[in-house]
Amino acid sequence: MFKPKRKSFKERIIPYLFLLPGLILMALFIFGPLVYSFRISLFDWNVIRPERSERVGLENYARALNNPVFQRAILNTLSYTFVTVIGQLIFGTLVAVLLNQKIRGRTFFRVAYYLPVITSWVIVSLLFEYMFNGQGGLVNYLLKDILHITSENIQWMADPILTFVPIDLLGIWKGVGWTAIIVLSGLQTIPGQLYEAAEMDGAGKAASFFKITLPLLKPTLVYLVVVLSIGGLNAYISNSLITDGGNPLDQTHFILTYMYERTFTNLEFGYGAAISSMLTIFVFIYSVLQIKLLQKRNSG
Amino acid sequence: MTRRKRLSNFLTYLLLLSGFLLVIVPFWYMVITAFKSQTYIFEIPPRLWPEEIIFNNFINVITGENFGRFFVNSMFVAVISTICTVLISSMMAYAFARFEFVGKKIVYYLVLLGMMIPSVTLLIPQFLVVKSLDLVNTFGGLILIYITMNLSQQTFLLRGFFESIPTELEEAALMDGAGRWTIFTRIILPLSKPGLAAVTIFTFLYCWDEFALAQVLITDSSKRTLPIAIALYQAQHLTRWGLVFAASIISFIPVLLVFIIFQKQFTAGITTTGLKG
Repeated sequence: MFKPKRKSFKERIIPYLFLLPGLILMALFIFGPLVYSFRISLFDWNVIRPERSERVGLENYARALNNPVFQRAILNTLSYTFVTVIGQLIFGTLVAVLLNQKIRGRTFFRVAYYLPVITSWVIVSLLFEYMFNGQGGLVNYLLKDILHITSENIQWMADPILTFVPIDLLGIWKGVGWTAIIVLSGLQTIPGQLYEAAEMDGAGKAASFFKITLPLLKPTLVYLVVVLSIGGLNAYISNSLITDGGNPLDQTHFILTYMYERTFTNLEFGYGAAISSMLTIFVFIYSVLQIKLLQKRNSG
Repeated sequence: MTRRKRLSNFLTYLLLLSGFLLVIVPFWYMVITAFKSQTYIFEIPPRLWPEEIIFNNFINVITGENFGRFFVNSMFVAVISTICTVLISSMMAYAFARFEFVGKKIVYYLVLLGMMIPSVTLLIPQFLVVKSLDLVNTFGGLILIYITMNLSQQTFLLRGFFESIPTELEEAALMDGAGRWTIFTRIILPLSKPGLAAVTIFTFLYCWDEFALAQVLITDSSKRTLPIAIALYQAQHLTRWGLVFAASIISFIPVLLVFIIFQKQFTAGITTTGLKG
């Protein structure tokens, strides 16, 4: 680090100059909006004439929490988060363990498994919508004509529960590649001697996985649970495209698709801001817990 | 090779190949559908190899309905946003990596805080800020927000990178009377190509795929970016999946190229920071 004996004013101002453009942008488009959002949530916000907005206190929050559509959206979001986090962890760990061996074609598989991660949510959502089509979709064909599990085509998108089959599977399918890469980097920090020693003691592969790999992987897995759940809580595009706005019967919203609809379709900005504020607070508390966990991990 | 070892190898490949099929079949199905004519879109049984390969969907997409314009819009927004993000975030990262100054810790925490705020929850106030700046329906509004949304993550990534560069060169340059800006642009940036490459990829992919903000900030149909255009394309052409997927494939090509070219930096960027692309 440079430490001149006495810093001139010019020398002291330099770091701030380097920070300035970025901080201005962040103040204008992240921190300003964040504060603004909390403020709007306390008003019956008038978009055309903000000065005419009526202050309603926490009414938007109360109305949202008492609204059955919003309650359902919370439930949908939580169940999506639960299912996709578990799915990504299980399959991501499996793929990582498989790819952590000295085998041919590792790079090939790694690149292939990563394809869904880099494909845009819009494309893969439309793709899953097409594969789960109620008439001639590939999935119905597999279930009905190949595996004979059902005798009728399943109308996935017409049922408020079945709609989540393509949405949840998509969430898992798209995230496994990323999860696997993070688990893989965790696996590579585990010393190989541990496995050799276990093998000498006659431990099988399964035993060394549960006795060595999993415990040493715990910090990585904890980190993944947090990051993946935040991703799940913020899911938006797949649901918006596949359910086409909460269909059927407003039963299939996620928190954010519902927020979007109330705000930009019904122009209830105060109500929408209350919903997004609640989510922000929840995610923030969750993130702080993450930092605590990570610090614990770093300090031993 | 022992029998047990062979069995384990066999199982590994069996599982990896099944996983590979699960990943690739949907993509394959998309590609095949894009090369089918409309009559075969819902044929029973669905074919994974088309009767005849036609290019009509691609031709229709490229020649019709402003698709070329949407592509150029997306490219413009993504390229400008990426260049600005690389510059601004590396400036911030340089300040954090090489200077001691009052408030450093607090400012850095603020920058990191930016990473924890879920982007979609900022949608409403960001829209209102852009509206009050009179930037709705302009690429400028979209670009400014795209840059901002990437700053925290990329500054975090680059700070680590800059700190791993030895300081001797800079000290020598400083002795020779070089200014900080010269040092930054002539020494730090050229030495950080892998880090800058990672930032470039992450930011480009984000901008190229971003949906929610573009949906809200751009309503003028001629200014749409590709993700919005493709989603609306599907809404307008309901069952014309061949067209929709031809458009999707064309829009995926730049992403695929970037990914293949920078595969190494990409993976390194993810594993060193644990960030979600």
